[in-house]
Amino acid sequence: MKTKSNKIEVSIGSALEYLDLVQTLTDCITRFMGFGEDAAHWIGMSVRESVTNAIQHGNKLDQSKKVDIRFGVGPDRLDIVVKDQGSGFNVEELPNPLDPENLLKPSGRGIFYIRSFMDEVEFKPLSRGGMEVHMVKRVPSN
Amino acid sequence: MKIENRSVGDIHILDCSGKITLGEGTMSVRNAVREVLKNGGKKIILNLGDVNYIDSSGIGELVSSFTTVTNGGGQLKLLNLTKKIQELLSITKLLTVFQVFNDEKSAIASF
Repeated sequence: MKTKSNKIEVSIGSALEYLDLVQTLTDCITRFMGFGEDAAHWIGMSVRESVTNAIQHGNKLDQSKKVDIRFGVGPDRLDIVVKDQGSGFNVEELPNPLDPENLLKPSGRGIFYIRSFMDEVEFKPLSRGGMEVHMVKRVPSN
Repeated sequence: MKIENRSVGDIHILDCSGKITLGEGTMSVRNAVREVLKNGGKKIILNLGDVNYIDSSGIGELVSSFTTVTNGGGQLKLLNLTKKIQELLSITKLLTVFQVFNDEKSAIASF
């Protein structure tokens, strides 16, 4: 792990065992930035969901592939970028979990939750292969 | 993740505590519910009051358990949702699926 100015970067192998580590790091950053308890919880969950997707669906648990997570700590916003080395996907083609036919499906809610709790979310295929998820949470002004 | 199974008559109350997240947490819920079904139980209450963290896989496991129990002719109800679990179920319209109770007596009486 390295810290450079306002960026914190971590690269992990594609194993679910790292999720708690990433979650703990996220919690430390949101506490440092002064987010409230609820906002911090939902940011932590959004990061956990995106890293889970990267490990499980992106890299398909292939230990030789990495997941890169970058936190950009700004005065008024937190930027989080999660990159995998998988084959990518079209986010527009994902089924809507709110459709009645999908309501009882056991999976498919992670990205919906991320979009619900973060202020901005962008999915982008990478030219070298893989996906990048860019999430933003703004610090509420007092 | 810890689950304790206690019975009130023919009703099985699964007291869950800790994290229901992908992996050990979701497997614990699945195994506990299947164990009740395997032993002939049909009425299940999942007490989530001490669940301090749940992710989308945990929510998915609640749905999956609900479907398994319902398809087997039983009923699965939720008790003591935390504010965060309530919000996760609400925004994904799952509060329309589950019967939810805030006190154990009412949950037991509902069967």
